[in-house]
Amino acid sequence: MSAILILEQSLNGLQFGLMLFLLAAGLTLVFGIMDMINLAHGSLYMIGAFLAATLVQATGSFTLGVLLAIPAAAVVGMLLEVSILRRLYARDHLSQVLATFALILILNEAVRMIWGSDMPLSAPEALAGPVQLLPGMPYSAYRLLIIGVGIAVAVLLYFVVAKTRIGMLVRAGASNREMALAMGVDINKLFTLVFGFGAALCAIAGALLGPIFAVQVGMGENILILAFVVIVIGGIGSIRGALVGSILVGMVDTMGRAFMPAILREFLTPAFASATGPALASILIYIVMAGVLFWRPQGLFPARG
Amino acid sequence: MHRALAAVLLLIAITFPLVMQSLDQVYYVTMASRILIYALAATSLNLVLGFGGMISFGHAAFVGAGAYTASVMIVEGLPSAWIGWPLAMAVSGLLALVIGAISLRTRGVYFIMITLAFAQMIYYLTISMKAYGGDEGLTLTQRASLGFGLDLKDDITFYYVVLAILSVVIYLIARLVDARFGRVIQAIGENETRMEAIGYPVYRFKLFCFVIAGALGGLAGALLANQNSYVNPGILHWTESGKLMIMVILGGVGHLYGGLIGAIGLLGLEELLANHKIAWLAALYPNYQQHSLLGVGVAMLAVVLYAPQGIAGLFSRKANKRG
Repeated sequence: MSAILILEQSLNGLQFGLMLFLLAAGLTLVFGIMDMINLAHGSLYMIGAFLAATLVQATGSFTLGVLLAIPAAAVVGMLLEVSILRRLYARDHLSQVLATFALILILNEAVRMIWGSDMPLSAPEALAGPVQLLPGMPYSAYRLLIIGVGIAVAVLLYFVVAKTRIGMLVRAGASNREMALAMGVDINKLFTLVFGFGAALCAIAGALLGPIFAVQVGMGENILILAFVVIVIGGIGSIRGALVGSILVGMVDTMGRAFMPAILREFLTPAFASATGPALASILIYIVMAGVLFWRPQGLFPARG
Repeated sequence: MHRALAAVLLLIAITFPLVMQSLDQVYYVTMASRILIYALAATSLNLVLGFGGMISFGHAAFVGAGAYTASVMIVEGLPSAWIGWPLAMAVSGLLALVIGAISLRTRGVYFIMITLAFAQMIYYLTISMKAYGGDEGLTLTQRASLGFGLDLKDDITFYYVVLAILSVVIYLIARLVDARFGRVIQAIGENETRMEAIGYPVYRFKLFCFVIAGALGGLAGALLANQNSYVNPGILHWTESGKLMIMVILGGVGHLYGGLIGAIGLLGLEELLANHKIAWLAALYPNYQQHSLLGVGVAMLAVVLYAPQGIAGLFSRKANKRG
């Protein structure tokens, strides 16, 4: 294990973590403010990616396509909120699980009807090659772009949530919804806005990760669970928690996959190590989550005071 | 009234294969077996979810553990159902004991998430079991053997075995929820703090309930593996846990027949939309059968929005109005 390999993998972990953060930020706000389990959040990620793929094709420009996909996805998210999800806030978690699970099925099939099962989306040509980050360490330019965008969005999000009036209302809603209501906050409008915002973040993540994974139906289902792991680790409703949780999950997952088989080989037979290594790496983040829940049941940064 | 209804249902279930056989539609018997197996899994989940008020989002782990245990026994040359199936229940029950012991220390949303996390661990664990197929899954060379001249390879015999098991389980659960244990569990589901204050060992009651449900889920898994003669990690995926939850909610949370009704409703609807051409739907959208899950989703959404008590709730509300 050379230092360069470790550095490269930590950049990969950071990149994955930042994209997870974009998903988790919206999810944690919806969960924290509206006390709503939204399994369909992953579908917004999928829709964002398909919209981006279409718009990139139509405009011929990666940047323009992605930039257009973001408001488009936000509109889809807000429409969903106004038409269906709004009616679920007052219901128990079970109903929310059932309804949003139904939405996953509906949106999956709707996407399949409109676009088919997958769409091509590749990184822009200019960023296709590697850049020489350090002497002897090439790194994918596109992944660097993702890291840059991820950091920029995280900073922007921090600014919006911590410094603006809207952000203040959002924080108030997350820490005590009844009190925010009593102080005259128009919760309905705020919810719709938060939802659209969450959908926009989903679209950024979907569009940027599209070229790395694949733009296909069902792409949201596995990453959704990771996003849930993130917000549970970070503390439901906390943006800061989501950021820390995302980086933690991204790092642990990426590092685990990269180095777990090698580490196991030190102690175990090579055959056994290569068989259990990847599985153990996949399990690692769930162990972290179970541990956090066991010792800090409210997550690392509890939002409710 | 209740007993009469159960007797009629059972009679219909018993005569069903004979009717299908005379119509030369044995395919439907296989499908009915599948529905009954899922009904068993959903009923076991309903025990924790409906009666105990514990929203477990990881029930597929127990079904999967049972399926894999039963399959491994057959592959390793011990096809007797009398060994394989109880062992499947034991393994799943033990798993439920471990998972429950940790998870039941958390409440609410965190319980949902931690059960999901454990189920994901088991899911990835099965993927890593290269000796038993890993990602590819495991094909069974034969179904389990039962003795007494019963041949499980025969789909109708298999159906009757599944029906017998489900009937016994539903009967036992009916007895259980009316017994002292069941009363306590339901009271805990209603108000945990109150039961704690009265002095009941809430944690132990919940854990016991969780273990029973896990073991029964394992039994359903064993049956499922035998029916398909195949098992793969897919049956442990989180969407499978979701599907079981949906059956329970669809059928009726905390209703004795909730799991059964939900399994019939969901799988029946899936089958209806995917494999039977419905004229007006085809006129609306010719290729609709390729997108049958859309219809399933819409139906589920309609149930949440318009029938919050599930299908069983619709009937009992009518009954209440009449009485």
